[in-house]
Amino acid sequence: MIFFKLILTNLGRHRIRSLISIAGIAFSVAAMLTIVTVLQGAVGMFSGILSNDSEIIVFERNVSDLFFSNVPASAVQGIADLPMVLHANPVLFGIVSSEDHPIITCFGVTPTDARIQKATWLQGDPLTFAKHSGDVVLGERAADFLKARLGSQVQIGHGLFHVIGVVNTTNGFEDGGVFMPLKSAQAFFHKEGSSSVVTIKLRNKDDAAAFKQQVKASYPNLTALENEEFTRSYSQFKILKATAWAVGGCGLLLGGLGVANTMIMSVFTRIREIAILRVNGFSKTQIAGLIFGESGMVSMLGAVVGLMIGAGFLFVLKLIPALHGYVDVSIEPQVLLIVILLALVAGIAGALYPAAYAVRISAVEALRFE
Amino acid sequence: MNVTTSTASNYARVVLRAENVWKSYDDGAIRVLNGVDFEAQTGQTVALCGPSGCGKSTLLHLLGGLDEPDRGRICVNAVELNPHRSRLKLLRYEIGFVFQLHNLIPDLTLEENCLIPTVAAGTDRKAARERLERLTAMTGLSHRLGHRIQKLSGGERQRTALCRALMNKPKILLADEPTGSLDEVTSATVFQTLLDLAASEGLTLVMATHDRAMAMRCDRMVEMRQGRIHEPVSL
Repeated sequence: MIFFKLILTNLGRHRIRSLISIAGIAFSVAAMLTIVTVLQGAVGMFSGILSNDSEIIVFERNVSDLFFSNVPASAVQGIADLPMVLHANPVLFGIVSSEDHPIITCFGVTPTDARIQKATWLQGDPLTFAKHSGDVVLGERAADFLKARLGSQVQIGHGLFHVIGVVNTTNGFEDGGVFMPLKSAQAFFHKEGSSSVVTIKLRNKDDAAAFKQQVKASYPNLTALENEEFTRSYSQFKILKATAWAVGGCGLLLGGLGVANTMIMSVFTRIREIAILRVNGFSKTQIAGLIFGESGMVSMLGAVVGLMIGAGFLFVLKLIPALHGYVDVSIEPQVLLIVILLALVAGIAGALYPAAYAVRISAVEALRFE
Repeated sequence: MNVTTSTASNYARVVLRAENVWKSYDDGAIRVLNGVDFEAQTGQTVALCGPSGCGKSTLLHLLGGLDEPDRGRICVNAVELNPHRSRLKLLRYEIGFVFQLHNLIPDLTLEENCLIPTVAAGTDRKAARERLERLTAMTGLSHRLGHRIQKLSGGERQRTALCRALMNKPKILLADEPTGSLDEVTSATVFQTLLDLAASEGLTLVMATHDRAMAMRCDRMVEMRQGRIHEPVSL
């Protein structure tokens, strides 16, 4: 109890300094939580596009970005004809722009695609999709920012398109995207006869391994991955996740340096007190325990405050219409645990030098300055 | 010879001994102790007298294991202090220190300050509490237990430091000018408390002091000059 009070007492002596350290850790934690959650949400959304009513995705082997993948129509047909496949939907991804929006995701899909068939059609009729080459279906948010509705003409890239429907999806990319008939998209993006990916639904999920083997044998230029496998291994996702953790880690590093600065000052200002504790039987371990306890307290308080700030910030982001569907406020327990652990590690690392300094304080040297 | 000697008959009762102890600082530039020999026996009260800078405090620090001599031997309870011997055990259970300044932690209460050595030693809480009650009763501080140090007078603070030094029942108390910062009246009260405690606890007390009157009330008075025990005075 007194040990604990010694820790609290010292934090209370320099309240402003302690609060600044706590704030440093808190903002670092909040930044890390926000960045990681937003990016993981985005990754989840993108994975969601691919896993819509499918279990496996087939794309060109060794491409770093699906936008550069080419799966020939012959391969799509060959895969669709495999007895274990229930359906195979080719999807062509493209990026287009409009006057005020430099990036709009465009999906070239077939009429039977789940993205069209299972979406909630706010305007228009799914049966009209792909009847004419210049037709497009807009996600609800895309319709909103393009100020278009059923029957409108919209300028997308260098083309003028006729809106035949507006659909609502829970996926941010789809909701802010444009759906074109596959053939129109192939012509528009000059990729005749090919698609970016093929999403596969098997008759029996247990055939996944056999299917992948079959694809590997028949189409050496293609690769087939189950959805979870893809999310884990897709290099763009890996880069995004690594970037998120790196940026967050830099934040925590700064927070840790703040703790180090506070703890160094804390030790310097109570050299005499540490000497007295030593004279009264405190071991080096106990002295180090005080320093680490203090920094641990700062870290934990910072982590708690940071999590609250981060969660609040994510909630506010979710309320911004432009980010609908992109920001997922559900924080993964794993992310929560890692962020808390990293905050604690930052705090402890920040206390390493101060603790080493504190245990080296010579009681007799400190007392000589009575 | 600059030595306080012991006879063969009381040799077994020696609890503190310094043999030809040398100590200097700043790589030998400041020589503080120049071959000191010193002994203190069980239950004895010894006053170390001498001018400022003669080495009294340094000798106390060496006897208490807070510092190491350049040369010579220090023995506590017949065991030589060396880098391999746990000084923690010494500081926790065998020796208590009182300094000229009380060196209490101002943000803690009297009670919490006194309990610090028991926290360090991991003493049972109930036993620590009983010990605290006994010592504060003996020093007249029972009514001040929950008070912060800032609220205490100089004499009360020094008596608190005394209680703290004795919490783990050490048998040796080293006091470095314990009344040096107090006025005459308070100083006399604290010194009397010190002697009373030494008697009731059976302590060996070694006290550095400038106050000749106080020194003369101890069992022995030892004069130090220029880093040497200059003249033993038996009372």
